[in-house]
Amino acid sequence: MLRPTSISRLFIQRLGFSLLTLVALLTVTPILAVVGYIAWQGTPAISGEFVSAFPREGMRAGGILPAIVGTFYLTLGTAIFSVPLGIGAAIYLSEYASDNRWTRLIRIAIINLAGIPSVVYGLFGLGLFVIFLGFGTSLLAGSLTLSIMTLPVIISTAEEALRAVPQSFRVVSISLGATHWQTIRRIVLPQSLPGILTGVILGLERAAGETAPILFTVAAFFLSRLPTSPFDPTMALPYHLFVISTQVPGMPIKIQYGTALVLLVFVLGMNLLATLIRSRARARRQW
Amino acid sequence: MVKILIEHLSLRYADGTESLKDVNLAIPAHAITVLFGPAGGGKSTLLRVLNRLNDLTDVVHVSGRVLLDGQDILDPKTDVIALRRRVGMVFARPVPLPLSIRANLTYGLELAGERRKTRLEEAIERSLHQAALWDEVKDRLDEPAFSLSGGQQQRLCLARNLALEPEVILLDEPTSGLDPISTAKVEGSLQELKSRYTIVLVPHSIQQAARTADYAAFFLQGELIEHAAGKTIFTVPKDPRTEDYITGRFG
Repeated sequence: MLRPTSISRLFIQRLGFSLLTLVALLTVTPILAVVGYIAWQGTPAISGEFVSAFPREGMRAGGILPAIVGTFYLTLGTAIFSVPLGIGAAIYLSEYASDNRWTRLIRIAIINLAGIPSVVYGLFGLGLFVIFLGFGTSLLAGSLTLSIMTLPVIISTAEEALRAVPQSFRVVSISLGATHWQTIRRIVLPQSLPGILTGVILGLERAAGETAPILFTVAAFFLSRLPTSPFDPTMALPYHLFVISTQVPGMPIKIQYGTALVLLVFVLGMNLLATLIRSRARARRQW
Repeated sequence: MVKILIEHLSLRYADGTESLKDVNLAIPAHAITVLFGPAGGGKSTLLRVLNRLNDLTDVVHVSGRVLLDGQDILDPKTDVIALRRRVGMVFARPVPLPLSIRANLTYGLELAGERRKTRLEEAIERSLHQAALWDEVKDRLDEPAFSLSGGQQQRLCLARNLALEPEVILLDEPTSGLDPISTAKVEGSLQELKSRYTIVLVPHSIQQAARTADYAAFFLQGELIEHAAGKTIFTVPKDPRTEDYITGRFG
């Protein structure tokens, strides 16, 4: 026989629901707190001069232009190496590779690559690019190091985006006399491009915000001019933030938070772009 | 005239599901040949052999010969791309490519290297007429193919094959998802098309088989049980198994 729902069961239901809501809110709080606090502390530092001038007075005044430009160059350099390589590897894994010992090995390698601490990448970059290959402390060495770190992110998101394209499109294309590559280029790639782009941006965003990999490979404490060649070292936002927060006594707090704010806007801006691309593509997708 | 001659064709998939056992069949040109029988009998597999779409799946064993105009298409040296242009396929579920209606129709031709605008336009109009779709889409060729109804999508898929001017058209239960009116349109197109093309159809029902077949072949668990003119096989089947299936005793 069915009994009427008891008060206590209703109460437990309510309690559970409230707790879950609370937990959900809790997870959002740190993000809001971090962004809010940095915006609040950092905004007073932001000015035309701050984003367009070189540091002055032992970096205690002036702007952070070389760090902004450096991070921009590093992100660009990372993209140049990691995007074609990452997308190429993803196409191979998704469209050409059969499931055998060799491809399983590649996948395991990619997963493990993603798990390596970023400081280890830094040390590896120092050994391989800076010293062994003789690139010196340079944009080239830094970009290559960041590229290796970014590759797993790009490969796995791009592969996922490629696999999301229905198999039936491939079969139909082949049945109409397309070659494997024509099918990839004309159907699979255009359909998965938004997903791939999202992955690329998220990967580059991580590269833009990292300190450890650039520590030994490219970052400079202070430079009085902008880099002009791939073999120049450069200042960069994350490393500059580390420097002015720990290495320079008497540093005005607002410059530290101003720098953090610029880095945050750079990174979150990329994030926003990725979100926009994804949602626009979802709205337009027909399958 | 025999268009396709299948000799001692056997085939097995890696997972041991559907297979073909020593199939011998002559498919005549300019007629509709229907392959019918219960699920898992090898009909779709046979269709996919005819334009080598089985290359995409896990086939562990193929033997025998499949001669298209006397040339063995199972020969490793066969140009499969060219073969697929000669032997088109319409699938059970309409799958428009995520492109415009126009781009769906010109897809195969452009891949084959056709650049001339007039030729492409001609092909679009001709193929849409042949598939009885022209009047419904002539003013909206640049809209996405997905904006069409299911029945229109399937006729677009047929037209997309016709645009390539193939010699053989394979249809794998092309009307299984369609309403009776759309089904009638597709069947009507096929009747008109058979004067110019060789058509091999896996019907979605025994009634459709009887309606459309000039010739019919009955498949059961990978074996070709009986093959005859449509009128004969559906009225006086020779094999008791064919009769049992046609009269609905199993299946």
